Amino acid sequence: MAYFEARNIAKYFGGLAAVNGVNFKVEQGQIYGLIGPNGSGKTTIFNLINGYYPLSRGEIYFEDKKISGLKTYQICEAGIGRTFQVVKPLKRMTVFENVLTSAFLRNKTKSAAVDLAQKTIEFCGLTRYTDKLAKGLPIASRKRLEIARSLATQPKLLLLDETAAGLNPTELDEAIALIRKIRDSGLTIIIVEHIMKVIMSISERILAINYGMVIAEGTPQEVASNHEVIAAYLGEDYGA
Amino acid sequence: MSQYYGRLLLLAIMVAFPWLVPHPYYQHLMILVLMWVAIGSGWNLISGYTGQVLFGAAAFFGLGAYTAALLAEKLEISAWWGLPLGGILAALFAFPFGWICFRLRGPYFALATLALNEIMRYIATSWESLTDGMVGILVMQTFISKIPYYYIALAIAAGSILAVELLVRSRLGYYFVSIREDQDAAESMGINTLYYKMVSLTISAAMMGLAGALYTNYMGFVDPNVVFALHDISIMAILVGIVGGVATVYGPAVGGFIMVALSELFRSGFFGGLAGLGKATGWPFMATVTKYVSQAHVLSFGILVILVILYLPNGIVGDWDVLKRALLFRKRQAS
Repeated sequence: MAYFEARNIAKYFGGLAAVNGVNFKVEQGQIYGLIGPNGSGKTTIFNLINGYYPLSRGEIYFEDKKISGLKTYQICEAGIGRTFQVVKPLKRMTVFENVLTSAFLRNKTKSAAVDLAQKTIEFCGLTRYTDKLAKGLPIASRKRLEIARSLATQPKLLLLDETAAGLNPTELDEAIALIRKIRDSGLTIIIVEHIMKVIMSISERILAINYGMVIAEGTPQEVASNHEVIAAYLGEDYGA
Repeated sequence: MSQYYGRLLLLAIMVAFPWLVPHPYYQHLMILVLMWVAIGSGWNLISGYTGQVLFGAAAFFGLGAYTAALLAEKLEISAWWGLPLGGILAALFAFPFGWICFRLRGPYFALATLALNEIMRYIATSWESLTDGMVGILVMQTFISKIPYYYIALAIAAGSILAVELLVRSRLGYYFVSIREDQDAAESMGINTLYYKMVSLTISAAMMGLAGALYTNYMGFVDPNVVFALHDISIMAILVGIVGGVATVYGPAVGGFIMVALSELFRSGFFGGLAGLGKATGWPFMATVTKYVSQAHVLSFGILVILVILYLPNGIVGDWDVLKRALLFRKRQAS
């Protein structure tokens, strides 16, 4: 059985099928890309994995255990961390307190949690913001804070939701470097991204979806040359 | 370190208070202040730190008060047993209430607590075989002197402040604040938000229940309209929190002092000053003024809250630096 597997998952909002029968498998240590046009259901898939929405159909397995049906916090306890596309910093807490709160998940004593929080902040390059309130951070650092906070829960699988959106080219390179560094530390990553430069350069496999259904799956080269993917992104004329 | 000494000094002054001010009237006011410190700390924990606005502090306060009163009347054991039991019972009651009502968020939860307040008052009014309804319950006071009550109240107030201070520095405290800041983010950080909200409410309720049991022992009388009062207890708890400073450890202490002082100032017509002025000048309309002023304390609360929200949105403790700067500036101008 694969390290992480989504089996025939679906989510209906009333009559609208936001995600409809999606299957995919992620191997341990992979960076797995998730692409698709706006509104194709990428973030909804994250919300399904993370338990924020209940599944309408299908099952999700992680490390040979079924995790669909668990509550969001239980899924985090099982070892799946996530970041939010629309960042959710704990505004009236400092960067350090944000990360510390997460660090308490697997460290019951405060000194151990403080230790982990400091290391995580350093790892994510947020050291100079440590004692700043989260509401005063620029967007690139807020995105980093999202990553730091989910890393502090010590996950085995990390869901990154458009971590590179809204960044300038320099920040983008730094973000890519950070994601690689996280993978090198032994985590498996599923990443949703719009910016092709990011997704093509870092993912080992890519799942392309449109209208909530899989249109292609494979290595970045295979997916990039797939007719349906080109059609979905550039229009029918290019797909032919 | 200086902060540490500051606290010790404050505690020393509070311990010495009955000797410094032997007049029973001021001791009585101070007991009320200390009771409000406990209620305010409880409110502050669930509403200030955890962000779940409680409009029904009186539900837990009244439960503690009635526990003590009923123990004395029905079971004929000392109402002092109500102190531990009132706190425990309020906590036991808060836990399932939280389990049901914390599925509601924001204003909907606040409304549920408002409803709880009214339900409790209604039960205490209608269940006459148990509570004697509107007649109320009379409990014999143990001491004639105010001093024993003062020290018990001081212990409860200091205990509440200490509990909040220790809590907010612990794992629980960080969890509470993260729930206030963003419940969805907290949940995805592995925090069981429903459970931790229940924990927060339970600790709050215990403090309020303790204060309620103290009230019964001290005042010697409870009736539904007094201990389950919406404006005199539930709203007052919110005012104590807001005026002193939401989500600050010492906010409820400052808020409790100011609110009790202010309400007493008006109730007594500026400590008899108005009546004195009426007598000294012989103006007949002063009697009318005195009468209206003594009923205007609620109006003064309203004005105070508006001023605090406009100029000190984080309360007196939370915006202490702003307040200090404003006061110093004025002094410099005057000189």
